[in-house]
Amino acid sequence: MTREVLDCRRLLCPMPVIRVQDRVAGLQPGDELEVVCTDPGVLQDIPAWCRINGHRVTEMREARGEYILRLRVGEAE
Amino acid sequence: MIATPRKAVALVSGGLDSMLAVKVVQEQGVHVEGINFFTGFCVEGHTHAIRKKDRKKPKRNNALWVAEQLGIKLHIIDIVEEYKEVVFNPKYGYGANLNPCLDCKIFMVKKAKEWMEAHGFDFIITGEVVGQRPKSQRRDTLPVVQRDSGIGDRLLRPLCAKNLPPTLPEREGWVDRERLYDFSGRTRKPQIALARRFGIEDYAQPAGGCCFLTDAQYSAKLQDLWSARGAKEYEMDDIMLLKVGRHIRPAPEFKLIVSREEGEGNFLQGYRYRYPSLKTVSHAGPLALIDGTVDEAGLELAARIVARYSQGKSAPEVELEFRDAEGASRTLKVAPLPPHELKREWML
Repeated sequence: MTREVLDCRRLLCPMPVIRVQDRVAGLQPGDELEVVCTDPGVLQDIPAWCRINGHRVTEMREARGEYILRLRVGEAE
Repeated sequence: MIATPRKAVALVSGGLDSMLAVKVVQEQGVHVEGINFFTGFCVEGHTHAIRKKDRKKPKRNNALWVAEQLGIKLHIIDIVEEYKEVVFNPKYGYGANLNPCLDCKIFMVKKAKEWMEAHGFDFIITGEVVGQRPKSQRRDTLPVVQRDSGIGDRLLRPLCAKNLPPTLPEREGWVDRERLYDFSGRTRKPQIALARRFGIEDYAQPAGGCCFLTDAQYSAKLQDLWSARGAKEYEMDDIMLLKVGRHIRPAPEFKLIVSREEGEGNFLQGYRYRYPSLKTVSHAGPLALIDGTVDEAGLELAARIVARYSQGKSAPEVELEFRDAEGASRTLKVAPLPPHELKREWML
C-alpha cells in the first residue's frame, strides 16, 4: 500500500478532480492519496467523483485556507 | 447465451439534454459511461469558487452530479491545450461572440471517438436536438459534426433520432429506434415532459450555455487580450483571470485586474507571485494585478485608479503597496483618481 500527496493548490475545479482522476489511475486498490487544494469546490466535487468511481474519502479538513482530503482507492471493476 | 450489452460513451455537459439522452439509452439496456471535456472556458463552478458572496449557494459540478444521478461513471478530460486551435482558428467561424460552437462540437465528438476506440465502446450519444442551437444543432450542421469528426453513423442523438436517418446502433438493433424521440426546435417543453416522466425534478438550466465564450463581455476581454499582445494566444491563468474582477486598460501596455470583493481579492492574492500588484494600505480597498509593463507614470496612474476603488476614494491621499512579481515592494502615495477622469473606454 502506498500513500501519496497531490498538490492541487491554486487550481480551480474541475482541475483538482482531473488531477486526482489521473493520479488514481496509476494507484492500486487500498492505496491512499492525500490531496491539498485551495478551491472550496473540491469539498463537493472530489467526494462526488469518488462516489461515482468507487473510491472512499476517509478524511476532509480545512487548515489555513487549504482543504485537505484523504482518499482510499477502491477496487477496479 | 446472454448477449454482452453494447457500450456507449455519452457527452455529459451537466445540463438536462445530455442527462435525458443517457437515460433514454440506459433504459434500453445499453451500458453508458459519461465523458466531460474541460476547455478552460467552462462556466461550471468557477465564479462560485472565486466570489465570496456566491458561496452561500451550494456549489456542485453539474456533470458529476448528473453522472451520480444516472449511476454512470464520468471521465473528465483536460483539453485546455488542444482546444486553443479551436478557439484561434475555427473552420466554421464564431457565433455571436467568440464562441466556435460548431468546431467545438466537432472537436469534442472527435475526442470522444478516440476515447471510444481506446476503451472498446461501440458508439457515442449526445443530447443534441435538431434546431435547438443556431449554429451547432441545425439540420444542415448535424451531419457536418458526423463527417468532420470521423464518427459517421456511430453517433446517436436519442432525443431527435427519429428526425434523422437511422444510425448504426439503430440498424444493428443495439437500440430500438421506436423508443427514441423526435424532438426539434428551441422549445424545451418535450425535454421537461420527458424529465418528469423519468422523475427528474432537479436539473441545471444554464441561462447562457455552459461556456464563457458565449458571453459578450468575456469575449470582449479576450479580444482585448489578443489585441494587446498582438497575437491570438492565451495561457490557463489568462482565461481564468478574465473571469475575475474589473478589467481596466488605461494604456495599451498594461491593464489592471481589480478585485471587487473579498473572495476575488483572496483569489488574486494567489497570482501575486506572477504579476506586479497594488494593494491599498492606508484604507481598506482592493487588490489589483498589473498585466503588462508599466513605467513610473503608468504606475502612478494605476495606483490612482486602484485608490479610487478603496474606502479612501474621497481622501486627499491614499497609500498603497506596490509589489513586483519577485516580491520586492515599496510604498506609493497618490491622490485617488476623480470619477470623471476614469474613462469609460478603459473599462473592458
